[in-house]
Amino acid sequence: MASRNNIWANLDWLTIGFYVLLVFIGWINIYAAVYNEEHSSILDMSQRYGKQLIWIVAGFVLAGTLILIDSKFYVSFAYVIYIVTLVLLAAVLLIGSEVKGARSWFQIGSFAFQPAEVSKLATALALAKYMSSYNFKIEKLQSIAVIGAIILAPIMFIFLQNDTGSALVFAVFAFVLYREGMSGVFLFMGLLIAMVFIITLMLAPLVTIGIMTAAAILVYYFMNQKFMEAIKALGISASIFFIFWLTNKFLKLGFPDTRIVLFSALLASLIFGIYALRHRLKNLLLVIVVYISLVMMTFIVDYVVNDIMQPHQRARIEELLGIKSDPLGVGYNVNQSKIAIGSGGMWGKGFLNGTQTKFNFVPEQSTDFIFCTVGEEWGFAGTTVIILLFLALLLRLVFLAERQRSVFSRVYGYSVACILFFHLSINVGMTIGLAPVIGIPLPFFSYGGSSLWSFTILLFIFLRLDASRMEKLSY
Amino acid sequence: MDKYAKRKFILGAIFVFIAIVFIIRLFTIQVIDSSYKQYATKNVLRKVINYPARGLIYDRNGELLVYNKAAYDLLVTPREVSTFDTTQLCSILKIEQADLMAELKKAKKYSRYKPSVIVKQLSTEMYAMLQEKLYKYPGFFVQTRTLREYAHPIASHMLGYVGEVNQSQINKDSYYSQGDYIGVTGIERTYEKELRGHKGVNYFLVDVHNRLKGTYNDEKNDSAAVLGNNLTTTIDSKLQSYCELLMKNKRGAVVAIEPKTGEILCFYSGPDYNANLLVGRERSKNYQLLLNDTLKPLTNRAISAAYSPGSTFKTLNALIALEEGTITENTAVSCFGKASSPIRCTHNHETPITLVGGIRESCNPFFWNTFKTIINKYPTSEEGYKKWREHILSFGLGQTLGTEFYGESKGNIPEASYYDRYFGKRRWNALTVRSLSIGQGEIIVTPLQMANMAAVIANRGYYIDPHIVKAIEDPDQSSRKLSFEKKVSMIHPEHFTKVIEGMQEVVDQTNTRYTAHVEGIDICGKTGTIQNSHGSDHSAFIAFAPKDDPQIAIAAYVENGVWGARYAAPIASLMIEMYLNDSITAPNRKALEKKMIEANLLNPNQPK
Ligand SMILES: [Zn+2]
Repeated sequence: MASRNNIWANLDWLTIGFYVLLVFIGWINIYAAVYNEEHSSILDMSQRYGKQLIWIVAGFVLAGTLILIDSKFYVSFAYVIYIVTLVLLAAVLLIGSEVKGARSWFQIGSFAFQPAEVSKLATALALAKYMSSYNFKIEKLQSIAVIGAIILAPIMFIFLQNDTGSALVFAVFAFVLYREGMSGVFLFMGLLIAMVFIITLMLAPLVTIGIMTAAAILVYYFMNQKFMEAIKALGISASIFFIFWLTNKFLKLGFPDTRIVLFSALLASLIFGIYALRHRLKNLLLVIVVYISLVMMTFIVDYVVNDIMQPHQRARIEELLGIKSDPLGVGYNVNQSKIAIGSGGMWGKGFLNGTQTKFNFVPEQSTDFIFCTVGEEWGFAGTTVIILLFLALLLRLVFLAERQRSVFSRVYGYSVACILFFHLSINVGMTIGLAPVIGIPLPFFSYGGSSLWSFTILLFIFLRLDASRMEKLSY
Repeated sequence: MDKYAKRKFILGAIFVFIAIVFIIRLFTIQVIDSSYKQYATKNVLRKVINYPARGLIYDRNGELLVYNKAAYDLLVTPREVSTFDTTQLCSILKIEQADLMAELKKAKKYSRYKPSVIVKQLSTEMYAMLQEKLYKYPGFFVQTRTLREYAHPIASHMLGYVGEVNQSQINKDSYYSQGDYIGVTGIERTYEKELRGHKGVNYFLVDVHNRLKGTYNDEKNDSAAVLGNNLTTTIDSKLQSYCELLMKNKRGAVVAIEPKTGEILCFYSGPDYNANLLVGRERSKNYQLLLNDTLKPLTNRAISAAYSPGSTFKTLNALIALEEGTITENTAVSCFGKASSPIRCTHNHETPITLVGGIRESCNPFFWNTFKTIINKYPTSEEGYKKWREHILSFGLGQTLGTEFYGESKGNIPEASYYDRYFGKRRWNALTVRSLSIGQGEIIVTPLQMANMAAVIANRGYYIDPHIVKAIEDPDQSSRKLSFEKKVSMIHPEHFTKVIEGMQEVVDQTNTRYTAHVEGIDICGKTGTIQNSHGSDHSAFIAFAPKDDPQIAIAAYVENGVWGARYAAPIASLMIEMYLNDSITAPNRKALEKKMIEANLLNPNQPK
């Protein structure tokens, strides 16, 4: 009983302070975003801000309840919660209702619930549980397979629900794995893939491969410092391409240019590969392997973008990268959102004085684009404060995660921080044109009970674990 | 403790890095770059929809039936409204101040930022006056629309009407938005996608004083409206008008078809309504009145009424028996007049009687015998009936005939299983279903199907799907002709000769000749009198002419018309005469025409 009394004292009240602050600032901005004169009371329950208040109060009650639950519960029931969530994810595919093209909601009366929201939390618990088990070693193939399965299963269901935004969030678990010992090469590879993706989209495949070839030769040059060899390599590559190109042209074989480039790249790599093997040039071999995989990547990206992505997804990415511009079509939201934020200036137009966000110019202004209201009415001062508040919360969470004695709590803590980080960067990034338009909410800010509650649960389970960090958990 | 602990710095650095990137970006767009501010504060983007003119509708001779007139809607964006002279605005718009305030309040309630219509369909004069004063009313603007207008308000059921889209239509087709017009019935509905064209859009920058500041983004986001496609119908407007004159004050329907092509020359359902009533500001009031009218003027009887074919159906039974070989043209049947069993004869005539005479005299015993031979030809009544039904269906009965008709009923030719359920399997025979032999009983047909049936006989065994639209013309003047399917009945052409001969004798030799015979035109027809338990019997007539080169096949159905020769036959014959001769000249025919026009069958007190 003594420990129960200590729980409240052991809670990290600083984090709770950040939480309460963010929730309330969010609420005030929802009020400003949907403000109208007929319903000017912030407590008007027929309006979104009235409803949000109910959810906030209910969220506090929820948080209090979570704190009362014994921390061992989360450890013992991690897998159960995970399995139940998977079942819900499958069920929503069958009996869920469709909102904006995504079949991801359970509608019970006026109450809507999105299992994808809970799935992040469940996955975090399952990962924490698995990674804290005795026989876990991140280098072991079996461990990698299990982790992969834990993360991929919910992703698969969420993709089937056509809710790409929620599925992408799971990518952030890579950070958690990295903290627990996964090789940094994987993060680097992810970055590389993202870069290849962007370059391929922005430039023609021909140019991309050309750049890669040049880069490979350059890298090799810096590794070996042999200028003549680099020149030779360049010459050989160029002549292979030239021979192929001439053959194609004069024999009228009709291969597209991209195919010619691919053939020459592969042949050149083969020649250099054999050369490297015979002379035991490990560096050269590595360069070639990376080079080949990147070249293949460009073709995969091309295929993914043109054949797998839905037209609106492709359009959003092209808009983001400035490849195509359609300010009243795909780019409408972002364009209007930037105008709203940009028009806020240094100090903003003042509370309830925003015109752009109240103009219906910015769609989804109380949910996904709530950050616009902050930008317009509170200016750069306001946006900076919000960003810093979030940053402070994230860093505090990292600090809390690091002070855990159990691997379970640490993995879970990092998961919380990383999930919040992902939501923050995509959501804010999208409103200022730095991230593609993916409909995911800003934690604690965006209107909606489902998202507010799931973030509250996510956070307070960790605070509960942290409060009892001195106790010995079952593992 | 663990060797990866230092990685917390890398993760923390990533968090900090992203935050710094965001802050720099925010600083750029919020503090350094001033273009967003100018754009947001000085200007308001106004989206003006260009509504294209709906496609025009012509008759078969190129005469314009439906066109458009301009209408102007006054819209308001509540947020942009500042104080203005309400008295003056009300005097221009000719509305009460209280009404204007109520509309404004409604608009505000809908959205303060999205425009709402305040006054719909201003007159041209009002628009001209308003246009000059509009600068005094910030937030108000005018949007041009087009409304339907009718050269002569004829063929209202065939043309149909347009109305505002409802929410479920908007959900189904993203092309539409609140306030758009859509074809609700008739070919306005069937050919909606051809007629509607494509909306265009213009973006303007307007300042807070409602002054136009120019186009947006060099008009790159603007699009021009695309005119709707024009339709050429098969209707002969002269014949249609004449039909509407004759059918005045009568309930029923008349459909005339050009047999060779399936083109519908006349399509009338009575009582009808004036198409102009469903256009303009009074539309919804008029619609309610029409909807509540006990005569049901909005019902399209030509394609949805459930009528018995009556004796007109005997022609089909004769044809089927000839095809099946169960009778010949010489098969003679004795008739005992009123004493006949199981069906009485309603006429006095020579006996025994053969095919031509049987049709002429509409002899019930003859057709009972004919029907019986068909059903009994096969081992079981069920098989016989199935064969008979197959023949009937090949005339286009018991099914919808076209893709163009909105609300078309299939009618009903019951399946054998219906009788199995009703009487029990193998518990029924020709006798049980004998009323089918004279076109009574469970059979239900529409006037369109009856006209088509007449066309099949006129064509000696085939029909082209009856239709109303024959060509669609794009605004760029390229015209495409529609083609329609030819369907062949199961009856061989040679069997039609004697039946047609009988139909000619109906018009030339019986009492029907007084109302249906036209000097110089060989009309072949068959009357029908349909029992009606709620009042006077209904009058029906099918016909085609001329006999040897049919130009027109027609079915007329006049409710409470007492018997076939009384109203349906004269109206159909007058129409045939008008169509083929272009005028009615003979004095007896003129008198008949006058009598038909004046007859009022809607008023029960007037003598029939
Ligand atoms: Zn008789």
